[in-house]
Amino acid sequence: MRPRWNLPLLLGGGGVAVLLLVGLLAPWLAPHDPMEQDLLAQNLPPFWSAARDPAYLLGTDSLGRDLLSRLIWGVRPALLVMLAGTSLSGGVGMLLGLVAGYLGGWADALVSRTVEVFMSFPPMLLAIVLAAVIGPGLNTVILAVALIGWTRFARVMRAETLKLREQDFVLAARLMAVGGGRILFGEILPNLTPIALALLSLEMGRAIVVEAVLAFIGFSSSDIPTWGGVVADGRDTFNQAWWVITSGMACILASVLLLNLLGDGLRRATQRGDE
Amino acid sequence: MTASTVLRRLLQALPTLFGVVLIIFVLLRVVPGDPISMMVTGESTPDDIARLRRAYGLDQPIPMQFALYLAALARGDFGTSITMKQDVLGLVLQRLPATLELALCAFVLATTTGMLAGLAAVRWRRHWPEAAVEGASAVALAIPEFLWALILVLALSVALPLFPSSGRVDPVVATAFHTQFYLLESLVTLQPHLAAELLSHLALPALALAIPLAAIIARVLRTALLEAMRQDYMLLAQVKGLSPNAALLRHALPNALIPTVTVAGVQVVLLLGGTVLVELIFAYPGLGNMLYRAAVNRDLPVIQGVTMVFSVLFVLLNLAVDLSYALLDPRIRQA
Repeated sequence: MRPRWNLPLLLGGGGVAVLLLVGLLAPWLAPHDPMEQDLLAQNLPPFWSAARDPAYLLGTDSLGRDLLSRLIWGVRPALLVMLAGTSLSGGVGMLLGLVAGYLGGWADALVSRTVEVFMSFPPMLLAIVLAAVIGPGLNTVILAVALIGWTRFARVMRAETLKLREQDFVLAARLMAVGGGRILFGEILPNLTPIALALLSLEMGRAIVVEAVLAFIGFSSSDIPTWGGVVADGRDTFNQAWWVITSGMACILASVLLLNLLGDGLRRATQRGDE
Repeated sequence: MTASTVLRRLLQALPTLFGVVLIIFVLLRVVPGDPISMMVTGESTPDDIARLRRAYGLDQPIPMQFALYLAALARGDFGTSITMKQDVLGLVLQRLPATLELALCAFVLATTTGMLAGLAAVRWRRHWPEAAVEGASAVALAIPEFLWALILVLALSVALPLFPSSGRVDPVVATAFHTQFYLLESLVTLQPHLAAELLSHLALPALALAIPLAAIIARVLRTALLEAMRQDYMLLAQVKGLSPNAALLRHALPNALIPTVTVAGVQVVLLLGGTVLVELIFAYPGLGNMLYRAAVNRDLPVIQGVTMVFSVLFVLLNLAVDLSYALLDPRIRQA
């Protein structure tokens, strides 16, 4: 299957690549130490304002910290949670969904019931309970993303595997006495790659939001700058420094939209010609 | 649809509820960290600590603790809050009405706007209403709920002070109520000024919850209505001389409602779960905020209580959605 390039794929993929680069190069890109407070430079406006300070391109927050540097360093926790969280939720969810769909019977019943149980918790409730149990921090956020997201992977993969299980090529492989594991990973999984990729980028967008929300309510690490933290800081000082909260919100929104775009592009690129 | 169908579906939900209890128990008891350590002060002696552990059953082996917990739940005993020193079930039930009123307001807001938008898009097809509904629902769904809530606070409370940004009611008038269903009570007892005060507090959180649901309802209803418009019965309605409006409302709409409810049903459950986040952002004193406080204080009995109540609500809501298909579709009702 040859991937076909399209505009959403280029825009989304390019945007996510830029995000990755910014995250990797944060120490060199950020003009200031993101934690350094300058109490003589509180709530400085961004570059287009007359009262700007050229040292702070996007202005400063209420503690006089450079906003641009905080946003650049904030890419790191967002990407870390996104990659680690969705690897966990995608890995566990897809594996369980594949096994449940292929084996059926008690394995399917067990996985399906567990999915049902997990889906009877509101997602934010799971995250808050987890934070209460293991305390705030990045690990909590990553685990929360995994706990919230794995059910969606499991459900989709199970349904797709059920469909594929009865296809001729799988039956042929069975007749040739190919082992279950090889059928699952050699025959069925490659056919699910397009849908898995689209699902992954969608879940990555969700992971960014979960990270932002947990940082906003103070359940992420407080030692590093996060977008959610910037939003929380800026909320109380909106009237004096509206640029703090809005720039944090803009970062969250932009990355979610880029990931959705990427998912849309991936879906289009991997669709077969007859569809 | 008979009572036995409802009962059977309720019984089917029991294993799910058991799983919920098990997961909550495992999450909160087996992991390291001890609620007692939150309660002791520097002056507590080891004897005090041992007595507290006994009082909360924490000196028993884990399986025994689970059995004791299940038995207590069956008696309706959710334990005692560690920080508030009150019966958890009482505390949770006191907060539940606030969350229910918020969810219900959001639901009503979402269904009315979503349905009107969907109908308008089809009634004025290929004119500006259709484009407007399409565009608005795309924007509504692209922006996460968390950001919608913040946008609403910043736009309609801070920049333009139209609505209060937090709370449920002005504390001065809160004493006027006898029940926890403030909005319902103010409507039943015909006190419009109280209802208006409550609604002004509810407006922004309810809107934040309603936006995604309204967008989904509008989209699905529009697609379903267009599908219904292609059916022969619509041609017949036209031949009979029905006006386009009457044909749309009397023939297309009832048929389009079934797929709409199927899709929206899932979203209604998400709306209830969304109250947790929205309550935090708007400092709305419902279950979500209570859960947050309990999490910060590691008040395990309260966390368990709120989680159980939410899960029961989820299961009941799912059941209600299932049963509503039957109500809307005579073919299922008779089967």
